[in-house]
Amino acid sequence: MGEMEELRKEAESLKDQITAARKTVQDTTLQEAAAGITAVGRVQLKTRKTLRGHLAKIYAMHWGADSTLCVSASQDGKLIVWDSITTNKVNAIPLKSSWVMTCAYAPSGNLVACGGLDNMCSIYNLKGKDGNVKVMRELAAHTGYLSCCRFLSDTEIITSSGDCTCVLWDIETGTEKTIFAGHLGDCMSLAVSPDFKFFISGACDFTAKLWDIREAQCRQTFSGHESDINAIGFFPNGNAVITGSDDATCKLYDLRADQELNTYQDSSIMCGVTSLAPSVSGRLLLAGYDDFNVNIWDTLKSERVGVLAGHDNRVSCIGVSSDGMACCTGSWDSFLKIWN
Amino acid sequence: MTSNSNLSNMRRLVEQLKLEASVERIKVSQAAAELQQYCLQNAGKDALLVGVPTGSNPFREPRSCAIV
Repeated sequence: MGEMEELRKEAESLKDQITAARKTVQDTTLQEAAAGITAVGRVQLKTRKTLRGHLAKIYAMHWGADSTLCVSASQDGKLIVWDSITTNKVNAIPLKSSWVMTCAYAPSGNLVACGGLDNMCSIYNLKGKDGNVKVMRELAAHTGYLSCCRFLSDTEIITSSGDCTCVLWDIETGTEKTIFAGHLGDCMSLAVSPDFKFFISGACDFTAKLWDIREAQCRQTFSGHESDINAIGFFPNGNAVITGSDDATCKLYDLRADQELNTYQDSSIMCGVTSLAPSVSGRLLLAGYDDFNVNIWDTLKSERVGVLAGHDNRVSCIGVSSDGMACCTGSWDSFLKIWN
Repeated sequence: MTSNSNLSNMRRLVEQLKLEASVERIKVSQAAAELQQYCLQNAGKDALLVGVPTGSNPFREPRSCAIV
């Protein structure tokens, strides 16, 4: 009994230490520091393409590294690989389980992955010998739904789950290499750092965690949100993290200052953030909301600079292509739209 | 849940907090300056920010007429 009480006190004291240490380096705010730079001005993007073909809600999309192909997942039980320029469907992959919640494109372009309420991450080989797309591996070990997955390479993938853990898998053997435990709520989203050394996870415990992939450790934990974090992404230089939450706000946390630098919110926005993606310079943050819109924020000045209104239902996923040329939104209205 | 596993969870939490407390932090002014610098340096190639001329937009059909 005595040790438990001592540990509790030590934990509280450490939390106070962290709060104090963060305050010590808080010599200004990002908004103050950015006061002198020119405002972005109104950002007006137009729908350039509409990708039609899914028959039910789209839950996820991910751009391929070539900035042309992208993959989407829908609860119609299909993964579709699209050529976003021609709008042609390159592959239409039927899934064993239609309850899909996430999909990912491998950087090589050879593989795609998906998963959901089946608690598994299924890997598909797009470049099989006979031209047919087949399941290459089924990664099964999570005891909760698969909320997100991201490839490190053709041989490794990271998954996040409703069982509160994230896992690094060896795709060839189909086994768990590392289990990242620490979140106290369902893990909803993950993103890999540009140098592939770290990943961040957002969860229903209202926190985001930074994980060192090879050391298998949580390095930093970021709080502040007042509800589930549904979406997470890295600022393009890898030094900051952006989160989107059911509390209707997005937040930017700097990794090296170890604290929140900005909150993106407006009193007129009262619905949850479902998805987010920064533009390639990091200046713009595109965030999808439950009210069918995408709001575009100036990340430095924390002002709303644009809106993408074009879907007839919740925007569930969003992605900016790696060359920054276009943004893709996916919706419960079953369509994907390409904007720039 | 046994009191033993509660204890080991608590020990793990304290170890984790010690790790997170030991992180080296830079000043917010430096972090902010570097974020700004990155944005400004890469603004030119951010198509969503500065736009892209119609001719070089892969997602727009070029408006041209062919004389048949």
